[in-house]
Amino acid sequence: MTDFSLAELCITAGSDIFRDETPEVFATVIGLVPRLAGSLAKKTFLPGLMMSDGEYYFAHEPVPVGPRNGYKPIKEGAIGYERVFDLIAKGNRHAFVGPVQVDRYGQMNLSCIGKYSSPKVTMLGVRGLPGNTVNNRTSMFFQNHNKRAFVSGEVDMVSGAGYNSKRYPDGVFPKGLDHRRIITNLCVLDFEGYNKAIRVRSLHPGVTFDEVQDNTGFDLIKPKDLSETAAPTKNELALIDILDPNNLRKNIFKDNPNGRRS
Amino acid sequence: MSSFEINKCMSPKEIVSQIEDGMTIGIGGWGARRKPMTLIREIVKSDLKDLTIVSYGGCDVGMLASAKKIKKLIFGFVSLDVIPLEAHFRRARSEGEFEVMEVDEGMFQLGLKAAAARLDFLPCLAGLGTDVLTHNPEIKVIKSPYSSDHYVAMPAIKLDVALCHVTEADKLGNSFISGPDVFFDEWFCRAADKSYLTAEKIVSTSNFDDDYKIMRMPIERSLVAGVSEVPFGAHPTSNGPDYGIDVEHLKLYSAAAKGGWLQYVENFINCEDYIESVGGIKKISQLPLPVF
Repeated sequence: MTDFSLAELCITAGSDIFRDETPEVFATVIGLVPRLAGSLAKKTFLPGLMMSDGEYYFAHEPVPVGPRNGYKPIKEGAIGYERVFDLIAKGNRHAFVGPVQVDRYGQMNLSCIGKYSSPKVTMLGVRGLPGNTVNNRTSMFFQNHNKRAFVSGEVDMVSGAGYNSKRYPDGVFPKGLDHRRIITNLCVLDFEGYNKAIRVRSLHPGVTFDEVQDNTGFDLIKPKDLSETAAPTKNELALIDILDPNNLRKNIFKDNPNGRRS
Repeated sequence: MSSFEINKCMSPKEIVSQIEDGMTIGIGGWGARRKPMTLIREIVKSDLKDLTIVSYGGCDVGMLASAKKIKKLIFGFVSLDVIPLEAHFRRARSEGEFEVMEVDEGMFQLGLKAAAARLDFLPCLAGLGTDVLTHNPEIKVIKSPYSSDHYVAMPAIKLDVALCHVTEADKLGNSFISGPDVFFDEWFCRAADKSYLTAEKIVSTSNFDDDYKIMRMPIERSLVAGVSEVPFGAHPTSNGPDYGIDVEHLKLYSAAAKGGWLQYVENFINCEDYIESVGGIKKISQLPLPVF
């Protein structure tokens, strides 16, 4: 059996979110796991996926993460911020991001925690989450699946919209609202429960449904045929090595645990 | 010199003397990139107060926050990019030192574009279903006159003054930005009554008779009320491709959020020679561009 780390498991599970994407989707992948996941999807099954170099250009091939050591991104176009907003509005985009909190509706928080006028914790601000979530496909990565991240009730500041009909005019979800998956250190979640309820799609090897539920502030749907998150293939692991030549992924989780719990 | 000749050259101090208490000030650049930092430091030194600051925020917002210049902040984020969280902004925001209008980054640009087009608002989907609407009750949701769709009516963000940093400018107010992304600088300028630019270099107009440069000249000179030559005027933010973000300096600056602000002002804002205080021309011009 091939050995793989939890980080590598999350990266391959992350790449799988692009499996049913449009052939030339614009993927915005923020953070190490989303970025490597999008890069891996492009290298394995979605060659037309469009991604940026993280600065200004569309990159013809995924740019390896970390120090470049002489590597120069191959440009194939420009994707400055103004064009990003145009593409968000156009709709054919998948944003794979790492918010701080999520709730049962898939609403996300990136702004602040506590009283809004003087928050206990101030973070980045809503950034592009409001626009992303009502225009584009949304997926999320959480490094620590716990009740501080997966909150009961609603997130402290709803920065990214979700499936909470009370928050929309006439209770109608915007046409572009389309949440796909949540990858965590424990499992893969999706929104394929009744009325877009969050469901456990697969458990990482050695993790139980009860453990996931115990670390979640709201009730999760347990499907009848709950599978195990697919292990990375040898080819995927080799590609991850190329995409992350400095092994930055070893620092994603404390002590870089094995993908299969012993 | 003919009296018909336009000459908009002035000093950074003269630019800041055009700003009045209570004004709404838009700041170009993005995060830790191409911010008009010399002008920000001039504002910190000034007696100005009660400003409404409109920015894709970085250390411009952080410094003005710690200097207690901000009455209200209009923003989508405040970040130093290479250091994701802005320590001075976080401290001031958590202490409730100013009012906020926190909006989506895309709504923000529509607010500038609405002001630039002399419209009350521009419609968008962004904001629906979020607390952006809860915390900003002045932002209305409207029904489409053509279908059953609902849109957020992002109100115009009208600016009194816009401040930007560019690579080259002439005395007429023409300007060239060498970095690949011009961000929203022209929209800040069009949304403002008056715009002021600092430039790495003041050049003669003939310098712009160049097809490559013309593609990177987004700001109409008619928008520009004043220009000032300030080499390295974006430091400690980047002015790519000429110099990168000064990460070491931003670390030192961030650390000053915990009780060290007055010392920071003493060392780097009230100093005789800013460039020397941060290591000199050679050091800054060799700062590497950020890699993401």
